[in-house]
Amino acid sequence: MMDKPWNNRAWLFVVPVLIIVLFSSLLPMMTVVNYSVQDTMGQNNFFWNGVAWFQNLLDPTTDMGGRFANALVRNLIFSLVILCLEVPLGIAVALCIPKHGWRVGASLVLIALPLLIPWEVVGTIWQIFARQDIGLFGAALNAIGLHYNDTQDPTSAWATIVIMDVWHWTGMIALLSYAGLKAIPDAFYQAARIDGASRWSIFRNIELPKLQKVLVIAVLLRFMESFMIYTEPSVVTGGGPGEATSFISLDLVKIALGQVDLGNAAALSIVYYLITLTICYVFFTIMTQLDQRKGV
Amino acid sequence: MASITLDHIAHAYPGPPGAPKHYALKQIDHLWQQGRAYALLGPSGCGKTTLLNIISGLVIPSEGRLLFDNTDVTRLPTERRNIAQVFQFPVIYDTMTVAENLAFPLKNRGMERNAIKRRVEEIADLLDLRPDLGRRARGLTADAKQKISLGRGLVRSDVSAVLFDEPLTVIDPALKWELRSKLKAVHQALDLLMIYVTHDQVEALTFADEVVVMKDGAVLQIGTPAELFESPAHSFVGYFIGSPGMNFLPVTIDGARAHADGAVFDLDARYAPPGAGQKVELGFRPDYATISRQGPVAVRVDRIEDLGRRTLARFTLAGKEAVATLVPGSGLAPGDDAALTIAPGHAHVFIDDLRTEGSPA
Amino acid sequence: MSLELKQISLKNGQQSVIDNVSLTFERGTMNVLLGPTLSGKTTLMRLMAGLDRPTTGDVLVDGRSVVHVPVRRRSVAMVYQQFVNYPSLTVRENIASPLRVAGLPKAEIETRVREASRVLQLDPYLDRLPAQLSGGQQQRTAIARALVKHAELVLLDEPLANLDYKLREELREELPKLFAATGTILVYATTEPTEALLLGGTTATLWHGRVTQVGSTPAVYRRPANIDAARVFSDPPLNEMTVSREAGQIRMPDSRIVPADRLLPGIADGIYRIGFRVEDAVVSPRSDAPLAFPGTVAVTEISGSESFVHLAVGFATWVSLVLGVHEWRPGLEAEIRIDPTRIFVFDETGALVRAPEPHAAAAAAMV
Repeated sequence: MMDKPWNNRAWLFVVPVLIIVLFSSLLPMMTVVNYSVQDTMGQNNFFWNGVAWFQNLLDPTTDMGGRFANALVRNLIFSLVILCLEVPLGIAVALCIPKHGWRVGASLVLIALPLLIPWEVVGTIWQIFARQDIGLFGAALNAIGLHYNDTQDPTSAWATIVIMDVWHWTGMIALLSYAGLKAIPDAFYQAARIDGASRWSIFRNIELPKLQKVLVIAVLLRFMESFMIYTEPSVVTGGGPGEATSFISLDLVKIALGQVDLGNAAALSIVYYLITLTICYVFFTIMTQLDQRKGV
Repeated sequence: MASITLDHIAHAYPGPPGAPKHYALKQIDHLWQQGRAYALLGPSGCGKTTLLNIISGLVIPSEGRLLFDNTDVTRLPTERRNIAQVFQFPVIYDTMTVAENLAFPLKNRGMERNAIKRRVEEIADLLDLRPDLGRRARGLTADAKQKISLGRGLVRSDVSAVLFDEPLTVIDPALKWELRSKLKAVHQALDLLMIYVTHDQVEALTFADEVVVMKDGAVLQIGTPAELFESPAHSFVGYFIGSPGMNFLPVTIDGARAHADGAVFDLDARYAPPGAGQKVELGFRPDYATISRQGPVAVRVDRIEDLGRRTLARFTLAGKEAVATLVPGSGLAPGDDAALTIAPGHAHVFIDDLRTEGSPA
Repeated sequence: MSLELKQISLKNGQQSVIDNVSLTFERGTMNVLLGPTLSGKTTLMRLMAGLDRPTTGDVLVDGRSVVHVPVRRRSVAMVYQQFVNYPSLTVRENIASPLRVAGLPKAEIETRVREASRVLQLDPYLDRLPAQLSGGQQQRTAIARALVKHAELVLLDEPLANLDYKLREELREELPKLFAATGTILVYATTEPTEALLLGGTTATLWHGRVTQVGSTPAVYRRPANIDAARVFSDPPLNEMTVSREAGQIRMPDSRIVPADRLLPGIADGIYRIGFRVEDAVVSPRSDAPLAFPGTVAVTEISGSESFVHLAVGFATWVSLVLGVHEWRPGLEAEIRIDPTRIFVFDETGALVRAPEPHAAAAAAMV
């Protein structure tokens, strides 16, 4: 925007951060890029391989390529499903949170609790929860007649991971939506009442439009995190049964650490990273355009 | 509905038990007549918004009854009261066009489509919104949005009172004029009871047939703009109305004369000597007092303010700062000795802040 | 200290926000920036304070360029339209904050805070938080914070706009007196001509980022250099009409013809824009006087001591001032009479051709 007076000494503040980022991110990333264009059998012998790994990866007919394509589809489906579930549910929860009094604090804390649990613990909770013998969830479902077996049945495995993610993260969308709702001045509700609007009408015409910006942020955050999901499915299903819940990240770890196939793994990392970055950028552009179009 | 009656209405916010109640609104009895425009005028915190909220139903008064015609509506919810309210900032439905916004209350009440269309066009014509009917409400200026807010209140034929809560707050000052005349036009065209809350005397005096001047939760005077200007019942009314407001000088009264610091003012009535401990003041408006070279009361000019269309002179008398109109062409400058003349009939006596009439001299 | 803006321009991409402004501010003076919203007043103040840097041009303090000097190191204080106070500090701490940052000794801070608080009548509120104060008191706190700094330049950006009008009147009285003693340069931005007139001093009228006129306030009021300056300095707005003078005759907007000498004696032929202020438009019942324009009353705005009658005369709506409280009811037939000795004449480019002669007393005040 406007040009502030320039002070070069401000850059000194940034140096420590730069050093840390350099060590923890940039240098390892350079290593990965290095691996992605070379071939190695371990023993530190490297042969130049050019873009062969990438070609292999992006060709759905190859082994690697096919695996990648399937995993990508799984990721996208997963993100879509959880968004469709979490966003409406989050908004619905936000609408139910009281606006005044002691109940506000209590509700917010309760809703925030799942967000505070370390992700491995979330995974472990649900892994036990889903067991057919001692898990409340698994046992209950089987007791009412549903055939539920998360270790052997792909549908059950998917369901478990989806439900777990919804349980884990709906709170965040609820909290963001609540903040957005609280910003709506009372006068709008009063005017709507005077106009004789129904509750649904109030939601559609007042609350939803005013939540637009908040929802874009919420969707962006949830999409990013769900697209990169690793810990929870790793603990609960380990990618199984078979490859049913093998998301890209899980595959990546298997290839890199299990099979020590560094070339493929590095290439996969970089492609994964670029896809995530692109989608981020698209979202960001949409967000800023929405801002400009809206004006006031 | 032909009228709204306030019957011993008062409102105090709940406080600790046993402590004296703090009244946001002190007891008021008043009858608001249909078709008339009223303004609630007063500084922030005077209770005008509380009173408006009691009438609209957002606040239930802690004491008293509210009657629409002869029905007790004190506890009736807002949406059942046949009123419309316009707030400080425009309240519109962003996703709808102007026409849809105006049609909204009618659709919710199940009105038939053609009837809605006719009514919407009628109100849009009244408010000069006709050319904008098809546009998205979101992209319009603040004053157009405020007109839409008002229009939504007016489309309903069962509305008998429209309440305004400082509606011109967000309007560009250059456009306030237009909106004020629109409101006046609406008032003339539709036979509605209109109640307008504001802290701005221009809005109140322009808009209303009768102005209710309030301070600290109490009603000080209800009257027409001319009455408030010429015969303020309370010193605060004299001070608040008029730009600048009335001057007040502490005086002692002696029969038909008032004395302040050596200056003598002739009053046009005789007054009995006021009791000990009472605050006695002489009130006169700068509009009816002139500063010139010759006159009955000697003063020294402190400052001259050239307002373009008139010039005011500030001076000190009896230890208080006062202001009066400077006679054009007098050639007076700050520091000069001059004289104050108060037009006959415009020097008022205020005892304990209440204007007091004397007996004919 | 003296402050000079030398050919300042500020561009936002292609758009010119401030266009070639040159102004000088002398020590101990009251300077008013008068212009409608978005005319560049706030931007200009930010440039003066050093919060923004001009695209071209220079800002000089006592002859030295300070464009590269950060705001922190300049002697400037600013008061905003929205009462800006630190919400978590008490009034006392708020007032003391700039002095603490400057590192003054505690005793000195105490004295200055007490002084400012006394002058602004904040003594009973010193230990309260801003949220517990009324609007007027919050703004006084902000002003006190500006006062204690003993800054050489104090910028006030429409500081009274958010206050009740009576409060505004009171504070407007006090403000110049507060800063007068210290020899500060006061710069006050406002949209209201009446405020400018009440504050006096020097006025610069702004229009779309350009300064259209600078001079002593009464002089600018009485002799606006062009129609933009005249418009900015009229509240209610200037009554205007376009006429054409040709062959000894003048054609009015409603097509009537008037002999040229009646209205525009001694002026060349051409198209002119005539403007006259509300106090020079006399409204009266219909007669049929030659320079009278008949119309219907649209509304009468009443402001305590003055009434403004809006009359729709067909090609425009004109406003006339009537002293006192008099309501001309909407719908009444009336007319506005023009006094040829009280009109402003502007040519096609908007430049002033003729202005009414001021009264003798006013002329003296203009010097």
